[in-house]
Amino acid sequence: MNLRRWFLFPSWLWMAALFATPLAIVLAYSFLTRGVYGGIEQPWTVESYQRLFDPLYLSIYLRSIVMAIASTGFCLVLGFPAALFIASSPQHKNLYLQLVMLPFWTSFLVRTYAWLFLLRDTGLINSALQAMGIIENPLPMLYNDGAVLLGLVYGYLPFMVLPIYATLERMDPSLADAAADLGARPLATLFRVTIPLCKPGIIAGSVLVFIPSLGAYLTPDLLGGGRTVLIGNLVQNQFTTARDWPFGSAVSIILMGLVTVLVWAFLRRESENLA
Amino acid sequence: MNFILELRDLVKHYPGHRAVEGVSLSIPQGSFYSLLGPSGCGKTTTLRLIAGFEDPTSGDVLLNGEIVNHRKPYERNVSTVFQSYALFPHLTARQNIEFGLRRQGLSDVDRRVREVLELVRLTGKESRHPARLSGGERQRVALARSLVLRPEVLLLDEPMAALDPKLRKQMRLELKAMQRRVGITFLLVTHDQEEALSMSDQLAIMNAGRIEQVGSPKEVYLHPRSRFAADFLGAVNWIAGIGIRPEATRITHAAEGEVRSYPGVVENSTFLGDRIQVLVHLANGEQAVAQVSRNSSVFQPGDAVYLCWNAADEMRFA
Repeated sequence: MNLRRWFLFPSWLWMAALFATPLAIVLAYSFLTRGVYGGIEQPWTVESYQRLFDPLYLSIYLRSIVMAIASTGFCLVLGFPAALFIASSPQHKNLYLQLVMLPFWTSFLVRTYAWLFLLRDTGLINSALQAMGIIENPLPMLYNDGAVLLGLVYGYLPFMVLPIYATLERMDPSLADAAADLGARPLATLFRVTIPLCKPGIIAGSVLVFIPSLGAYLTPDLLGGGRTVLIGNLVQNQFTTARDWPFGSAVSIILMGLVTVLVWAFLRRESENLA
Repeated sequence: MNFILELRDLVKHYPGHRAVEGVSLSIPQGSFYSLLGPSGCGKTTTLRLIAGFEDPTSGDVLLNGEIVNHRKPYERNVSTVFQSYALFPHLTARQNIEFGLRRQGLSDVDRRVREVLELVRLTGKESRHPARLSGGERQRVALARSLVLRPEVLLLDEPMAALDPKLRKQMRLELKAMQRRVGITFLLVTHDQEEALSMSDQLAIMNAGRIEQVGSPKEVYLHPRSRFAADFLGAVNWIAGIGIRPEATRITHAAEGEVRSYPGVVENSTFLGDRIQVLVHLANGEQAVAQVSRNSSVFQPGDAVYLCWNAADEMRFA
């Protein structure tokens, strides 16, 4: 029993050195003054936090939240049926799961670039449609909110499928039999039994998609072309071009706060519904 | 006789496994019928074929004289009490019971639920979730959930398996009384011969996908048609190829003239509470048991004895 406590020690050490310390630094920076060539200077101030309430930035937070909710919603609508298909297939389950995880075999950056080649004006889709004479001018498929949403859904879909699959897989198959036996048609069984019982998986998947979607940086940067600025891009901007480390730190802290509050509220509501 | 449920030469094969190999049964309306057999004999598959969870490879399921092979489970007026009960964990006892009524759009939900709660003696527990009910209470919810729909046949798949032995015996009596009261045909699947014998009006013994014998409990117990049936329904002393139930086997120190007997030596005797079981090593090397009253201490290990029985109690098989 005493030995068991030490099992946590490596991760505790790791988290303390590589998570808590940087976080403390970011928190400290957010209360300092911006240096002329980047970096930070004395004195301590709350100015960065006051600037957070600028309407320009508020609209960015709002856009990010809407985008993250949309991405979570699409992942759920696409991922649930897929998970249900895999969990209920009599064989080849492992093959299907491998296919879900297949994208992880390549870097996320490379995969996002691949979307660029597909979606841009001279990309595969536009060229093909033009060659077939379906369209005259290329469709504007890149550098807009739609492209960013597509990239987010594409990137985080497996995080929705896997926890839902795990929950469905553990479900007693006789429950669906019992529902049918009591007169429930397949859709009634789905909505009255399967989905309610799958709630823990749906919640886990939603949280796993929502959090990285809210802080996404690479996808809006590449597929949004800088036109779709989300919180992640705002942070990156402050540390690079704007050279305003304290403000970038303050935005990071507020992003963390947003995630914490939103996820907490969501989990609280859902756990009340479960009880 | 009016048969509510008939199976005609029902066959179910899975890849590499022949679960049911031509089962024909006729189940009278309003009876308590048991399908008794060892695990893996195909009895649960037979039940699933009747409920509609599986499609037969060949053969027919007739409900009220009508072939229902191609009807989905939700289109058949039969209901199943599952071995695991399969209660919906996210719903309360009442919501579980209402589930079928609501799906079938039946009226009078409140009255029906109230009546069935009384029938299964669960009144007062209806707002609890299954996780907060005892094993026995869960079984009652499962029964109520099916009975409230007044199915033509209630299918019970090893319903006692999850209960502790004491509760099991009590539930046997209760289930039988419940069946009489509601008049619904019960088809019980079990591997427990005591259960089948004590509750059924009629029972069918199943082995390796086939029906071995059909009859009343008394008929099949006293006149089993096969060695398998004899063995499965209770203990048998096999003495030189003839089967005699232990309770029909007497033990004496001297051969009696008018009955059959066989010599042996007492090996040991075991106190069983209500009686003593004497294990006898027969002269031909076989073993047999006989039961004597618990006050009897006349049979000591090493005693030369005779096992005796009446010719009428002999079970002979080809």
